[in-house]
Amino acid sequence: MTAPSRTVTGRQASAGEADLVGHLMRRAAFGARAEELEALAMRGYEAVVDDLVNPERLPPLAEDVIERFHSDQADDESTAWTATRWIYHCINSSRPLEHKMALFWHGLFATAVSKVTNNPMMRDQFAMLRDNGLGNFRTILQKLARDPAMIYWLDQQQNHSAAVNENWGRELLELFSMGRGNYTEDDVKAAARAFTGWTIDQTFPRYPSGYYDARFIYRPEDHDESEKEFLGRRGNFNGDDIIDIILEQPATARYLALHLSKFFVADEPENAQVEALARILVDTGYDIRASMRALFLSEHFKGARFKRVKCPAEHVIGTIRIAGRYSEPWEPGIDMLEDVMTRMGQQPLNPPTVEGWHPGREWIDSAFLIERVNFAAGILGDPAAPGVVAMARRIASGRKKIEARRLVEAVLYEMGSLSLPDAAKQQILENLELVGDVSCAPAAGFAEVVARVSRTIATSPEFQLE
Amino acid sequence: MAANKTNGTSGQRSASGKPPVLVVLQLSGGNDFMSTVVPYGDPHYYDFRKTVGIKEADVLRVDGRIGFHPALKTLKSMYDQGQVAIIQGIGYPNPDRSHFRSMDIWHTAEPSKIVADGWLGKAIHDLDPQKQNVCTGVSFGQGLPRAMYFSGTPVISVAHLESYGLLTTLSGREQRAALNAFTRMYAPEEFGEASLVLGHIGQTGRDAMTGADMLKVAPQKYQSSVEYASDTLAQSLRGIAQVHLSGVGTRVFYAQHGGYDVHGSQIQTQPKLLGQVSRAVNDFFADLRDHDAAENVVMLIFSEFGRRVRDNGNGTDHGSGGGAFLLGERVRGGLYAEYPSLAPERQSSGDLAYNNDFRVLYSTILEQWMGLDAVPIVNGTFEQFDGLLKPAAA
Repeated sequence: MTAPSRTVTGRQASAGEADLVGHLMRRAAFGARAEELEALAMRGYEAVVDDLVNPERLPPLAEDVIERFHSDQADDESTAWTATRWIYHCINSSRPLEHKMALFWHGLFATAVSKVTNNPMMRDQFAMLRDNGLGNFRTILQKLARDPAMIYWLDQQQNHSAAVNENWGRELLELFSMGRGNYTEDDVKAAARAFTGWTIDQTFPRYPSGYYDARFIYRPEDHDESEKEFLGRRGNFNGDDIIDIILEQPATARYLALHLSKFFVADEPENAQVEALARILVDTGYDIRASMRALFLSEHFKGARFKRVKCPAEHVIGTIRIAGRYSEPWEPGIDMLEDVMTRMGQQPLNPPTVEGWHPGREWIDSAFLIERVNFAAGILGDPAAPGVVAMARRIASGRKKIEARRLVEAVLYEMGSLSLPDAAKQQILENLELVGDVSCAPAAGFAEVVARVSRTIATSPEFQLE
Repeated sequence: MAANKTNGTSGQRSASGKPPVLVVLQLSGGNDFMSTVVPYGDPHYYDFRKTVGIKEADVLRVDGRIGFHPALKTLKSMYDQGQVAIIQGIGYPNPDRSHFRSMDIWHTAEPSKIVADGWLGKAIHDLDPQKQNVCTGVSFGQGLPRAMYFSGTPVISVAHLESYGLLTTLSGREQRAALNAFTRMYAPEEFGEASLVLGHIGQTGRDAMTGADMLKVAPQKYQSSVEYASDTLAQSLRGIAQVHLSGVGTRVFYAQHGGYDVHGSQIQTQPKLLGQVSRAVNDFFADLRDHDAAENVVMLIFSEFGRRVRDNGNGTDHGSGGGAFLLGERVRGGLYAEYPSLAPERQSSGDLAYNNDFRVLYSTILEQWMGLDAVPIVNGTFEQFDGLLKPAAA
């Protein structure tokens, strides 16, 4: 960990730090233009990290603000609406990390409306992950084990003392905490038995009456009270005992560290970095807030720029933030973004399987890539987009013209301190026929040039990474 | 995947040597099979279908027991020409009445666990394991259905053929310049050994570009006297005809038609949808015949489930056990498997009891039509229908 630089005096001096904050904001938030990065960098990297990991320092957006302007779509039974509301918060919240953590946990504890078919349950699980996502991992697992959507998703309501259903017990070990190879089939059975009697109470039958709320209940009469042997320990364990024992296992820290690293650091993280994070998780008693703070301040993290393929949510929301769209709740069209992500292979609240989405290079297939390129080019190629106008205004500030090569550099910087190889920059110049000096006036004409440059940057292979 | 039969080497070929092509049409929302192929001769039919039942006089009779819905007139005449097989009593074990889950099961051919890969995606991989033709699989509609997905296998997903491609929001000189920039940024020499992932993005970008270029010519080359209707399904099938006729070598097509979830207003909705299917399918095959390109095309029509035996007074609720159709010149038309009895004691919790696993039909199509090893694709060995597909005419 390095001491944060607090000697930021002016724009020139802050460029390096803005670059680093740009990396942080792409990972811990959903990206930001240079204008915002410079303001953040003035406060120093560490202070920015502290604000991100302590979202309660800043007020949340009113939960219903967007609902008032989209009454046609604001349907509580619609998963698309829950996703749209989340997207709006990702774009505009001053507490972006809680929304990003929700996406991380949602991917790890992948629960899909495809089977749950009940949006109130999905909405509540997603809100639980947001509200507890920076809390303690023990608390998160305890709440997950009591979450109605999860219970239904993994058939836990069919896990009876007389007839054990192992689905939840198995996935808890395999996918949510330890990973394969660290427990036996007998451990799976013991875990499942310990969770017998953990079920949901449905106000009405699910089918065909409709989609009613469910709540967690514990039925002691359906709990297997006999002795269990789990991961070498013996006792009349109940569900929370299983979670406690899981958290004593070194495999759990490594598993969680690996997934946090893949999501926040690199598609293929270095072993040393994963091990370091695993130690931090253990040392902090699985305090996610403290662990994320340490991660963002680590040299491993700072050095891992553009080592991840953006997931569709990051690609879509990040592009929207550069373009400055949907910053007002009344702007129409935000409900289309959920569908855009779906076409890129990531339907929020509907991951394909309990394994979640496969990150990294699997986000790029030819159908998905066409969607990604066309979407980003369409959004950033609009010279009237507020973000494009703002970028053009800042570049034009204090000058009448700008040399073409410097213009491309300036647009890359304004888009959030991005970079491209020299050959790609050359291709942008040639294809847009930009030579010599480009006039910065009139403003509308210059915004068109900036839109063409940012659009071409958005079609590059490098723009798929963050 | 072990594919000991690939690229149609032991599958069907038409007399002209053209490789077999499969078109899959998905009716989304759970089509009420009992109102599609109507068991009007079953003594219980009119008891259970007081509201949505089709009058005996309106049924387009196949035999003394069943007949087509009156909206399926053209499909019925294809049936009379022996080109439509009705696959009755189709379903899978432990029916799931969730649209999503049930559709997932049909897409992945895996009823017992949730998996990511689609049966057609796997077939496309086996048809073209070297990924020589990015257009081997083409899907029409919004988004790629799971059925067509297989990790690492390129598949084209087209919403509208006319606007399909990269940077389609641009036009003219500006679009050409942007595409030129794209081509150069994604060229192989741009990526060193240093970044495998950028290399992959580059390759995928080039595949996307190739696919878009190949498909771009399809509407331009196409001429037809067939006037398709304007609905989405008709336009999708027209697009499929255009791609098929352009000769890019697509082997698996996918199209979707939605709106079948008729809990209410079934009497208004379903005839309209079935009429669209009937006309679009007939126009499609007529179009192919006009171009002497019908013989190597077989079409599968399916839905994720049927509906409950007893109607609810306005429509029908989610059920299980339905039917599917296989169409084409090389299909031996007629009835396959059995129409499930409507007798209360033979129903399965108020649904038609399936007697015919959908993977039987999948396996038959994969092996006897596409010439692929079905076992790894449908995750098991299933019986197959005999004689469902006719050998090529000599």
